Amino acid sequence: MSDGIFIICTSGTREKLQMAAMIAAVGAASGSAVSVFFSMNALQYFIKDGGTDAPVEGEFGSLMANNEGVPRFKDLFLQAAELGDAALLPCSMAMDLMEVSESDLDAEFGAPTGLTRFLSDAEGGQLYTF
Amino acid sequence: MSETKIIDARNTFCPGPLMELITYIRQADIGDSLELLSTDDGTANDVPEWIEKVGHEMIDSEKVEGVWHITVRKTK
Repeated sequence: MSDGIFIICTSGTREKLQMAAMIAAVGAASGSAVSVFFSMNALQYFIKDGGTDAPVEGEFGSLMANNEGVPRFKDLFLQAAELGDAALLPCSMAMDLMEVSESDLDAEFGAPTGLTRFLSDAEGGQLYTF
Repeated sequence: MSETKIIDARNTFCPGPLMELITYIRQADIGDSLELLSTDDGTANDVPEWIEKVGHEMIDSEKVEGVWHITVRKTK
């Protein structure tokens, strides 16, 4: 059982990643235990030297993309890890399909994690999906 | 008496100003005051909420010519 914040990111669009990153950063910085599980289209942005130019879903995504005052989602996730000890967890299935190893991912990422383990840890906590 | 550290987060959007404040407050010494400058109105609500949650002290919050000046003190 947990009272932490658990976030599942599967979308690769800017709006969803931004909202997930905001929850992770503010939650972690406020003292909550935060774990983020990255799978499907969300994991690609955290491969070292990879691009972070996520496609937008709508007008708001374009507004964010074109305004330098909006924090970048990747920076917010990394701040969540650095300032609040958030766990950034890559989906082991996605890594297998993408043929990437743990060393290919940003240093702030934790060990490859299975969905069963993540859901077990999330039991009783707040679960958000994007 | 320590001087107040100014954190200029004008023209950045939520949660940028709050994250800037958190970054600097972690580096500050207990008793230090920090003044956050923000043009994001949501910051005026978010910062007091965060300060209360984590146990630091709100000193002042006022909007002057479109800019929020939010002063807090690190207490632990």
